[in-house]
Amino acid sequence: MGATAVAPRSHTLRHRRLLLLTVLLGAVCVTVVLSVTVGSRPVPPADAWQALTAPAGTESHIIVRSLRVPRTVLGVLAGLALGVAGALMQGHTRNPLADPGLLGVTQGAAFAMVASIILLGAQSLLAYIWFGLAGALIASVGVFALGMVGGRGGPTPVTLALAGTAVSAFLYALTSAIVLLDEQAMDVFRFWQAGSIAARGPDVVWQVLPFVVAGLVLAMVNAPGLNALSLGEDVARGLGQRIGLTRGVGVAAVTLLTGAAVAACGSLAFVGLIVPHLARSLSGTDHRWLLPYSGLIGVALLLLADVIGRVVAPPGELEVGVVLALLGAPFFVALVRRRKPVRL
Amino acid sequence: MTTVLALRVAGLSWRVRPRAAAVTLGGLLLLGVLMALNMRIGDIQMSLAEVARATFDTASAGHFVIMDLRLPRALTGALVGAALALSGAIIQSIARNPLASPEILGVTTGASVAVVAGVVVSGSAYGGASGLLSTLGIPALALAGGLVGAMIVYTLAWRRGLDGYRLVLVGIGVAAVFTNVKFWLLTIGDVNDTSRAMVWISGSLNGRGWEHVRPVGVALAVLIPLALLGARSLDALRFGDDTITGLGVRMNLSRALLILAAVLLAAVATASAGPIAFVALAAPQIALRLARCAQPPLLSSAVVGALLTTGADLIARTAFSPVELPVGIVTAVLGAPYLIHLIWRART
Repeated sequence: MGATAVAPRSHTLRHRRLLLLTVLLGAVCVTVVLSVTVGSRPVPPADAWQALTAPAGTESHIIVRSLRVPRTVLGVLAGLALGVAGALMQGHTRNPLADPGLLGVTQGAAFAMVASIILLGAQSLLAYIWFGLAGALIASVGVFALGMVGGRGGPTPVTLALAGTAVSAFLYALTSAIVLLDEQAMDVFRFWQAGSIAARGPDVVWQVLPFVVAGLVLAMVNAPGLNALSLGEDVARGLGQRIGLTRGVGVAAVTLLTGAAVAACGSLAFVGLIVPHLARSLSGTDHRWLLPYSGLIGVALLLLADVIGRVVAPPGELEVGVVLALLGAPFFVALVRRRKPVRL
Repeated sequence: MTTVLALRVAGLSWRVRPRAAAVTLGGLLLLGVLMALNMRIGDIQMSLAEVARATFDTASAGHFVIMDLRLPRALTGALVGAALALSGAIIQSIARNPLASPEILGVTTGASVAVVAGVVVSGSAYGGASGLLSTLGIPALALAGGLVGAMIVYTLAWRRGLDGYRLVLVGIGVAAVFTNVKFWLLTIGDVNDTSRAMVWISGSLNGRGWEHVRPVGVALAVLIPLALLGARSLDALRFGDDTITGLGVRMNLSRALLILAAVLLAAVATASAGPIAFVALAAPQIALRLARCAQPPLLSSAVVGALLTTGADLIARTAFSPVELPVGIVTAVLGAPYLIHLIWRART
């Protein structure tokens, strides 16, 4: 993108981007309202509003306050976290196959949770979320260290991606072995694996909130540096970027965001695989715009899928991860077919 | 610079890299040793000398055990590993992506969905996947699921020709659908059926006989020469599409044939032993680093894949004896640290 060619149009480009951002924000608001009102017991929007502002203790007010709101907030946090983390991950590895779990975050969390169930007898979700977070952090620090020494002078995209895949496969194998030998762990694991934001409660939201906020801040700080890095490491170095630092900040952001999301909601990491491709087709490759677009699309898709999962198979529910794949993936394939994909 | 020799037979010529050839030959020797070690294990433990005698002496007591039980199992492991690795090497070359594996062609994921659906739908609390279903039904389901999955990916990715990048993206999308349908099927099933399905989707060589060896053996015998012929255009495929056309390679044709070979190899291997994880991804990357090539070398990859699977089976049977782990779990435990070691060593 040459500066001279763009300069006359940059004003309209900025307008277009702001407009798109507003549209996406609107979509998020609509899905939030849907998420609070729709379910096996529908609550009219006015009633839901009353439940938030002047709770009267009626049944629908209790449902809204204790079930729907925590579920919606968790959906917003997870959607933001996974969308942004996915875009960062694909940017840093320059690989369209990279999902936010690529650094071993998802499998680290899964392994730690399953191990805590059989070794320490962890019973409640609240107990094993901490193990999940710890597992995610340890795994991704390990992968980053490995990628760091693997490449010359800093982790290169290929060594980072391969090291992450190798560590993930290793941890997944250990998890499978435990799960095959222990039926109780298997029972927890299969539901965690399918991914859900239901029945988590406000405690879980408060637990993961600080991690998501910190991760989002780091991600936005990382965006300009990542733009420079996508010109190639030599050019970035010439522009005065400290490559190791930029990569480190990016990896920290991905770890915090993904670790929090997968520990609370299970393996929804593929949200982060698909959403950035959708966002990139709207924003182009400028990460300062790509990251917010990814986050907002992540929220809208996740909440929409969750709402559909509640109504599509009464009286039960379909896990949000399943709905997302069935809904998002065909859309994604259609998009890929329709236009030339924006390359990383 | 690595040395490159040329092998010319009847007007065709291949480039032969001495280092890759050494990796292949050394790997084959090691493979023989590992297979012999693997055949010692069973209800009756044998020494290596006894294994050798029982294999070649038709009158000996152990001949039946070796020929009917242990040799087919060992061969299935080696051939399945070779087929998966070759499939992975082709796909990684075409997609120009070290993370690509038959999974993005929809083969292994399609097979997994078909089998899990079969087990969960037909499965009562016990015995659902036994008898006829397990010997005949599951391989057939896996083969059908794998081929249908690949067909879906290929059809969706084709648009005025085949673009490697678009293939990868479509592959991600389709794999996501299959994987999540699989997760969902695992949550609705009875926990006993789920455990049994988990064993299959982890990949297992338990109780494999000659009927599992034959399809993979035939597939390899036909497809390895085909892939080696195609390897000449694979070398060109790593350049951009415009360059390839300029070099005179008929891009779509050779790509389509190579993808077909990769799909068939992965589908047949998956039907025999389940989607053994990580071999298709790791073996080509390990072979590439051992042989110091730019592209995954096909034959060396196949040998490394066979080694990885056979070694993993050996560990799977002995580590927690008498409990036998599915081999697919151990391939990652064995292959991942080695791949990490190679990445680590490459810094110098």
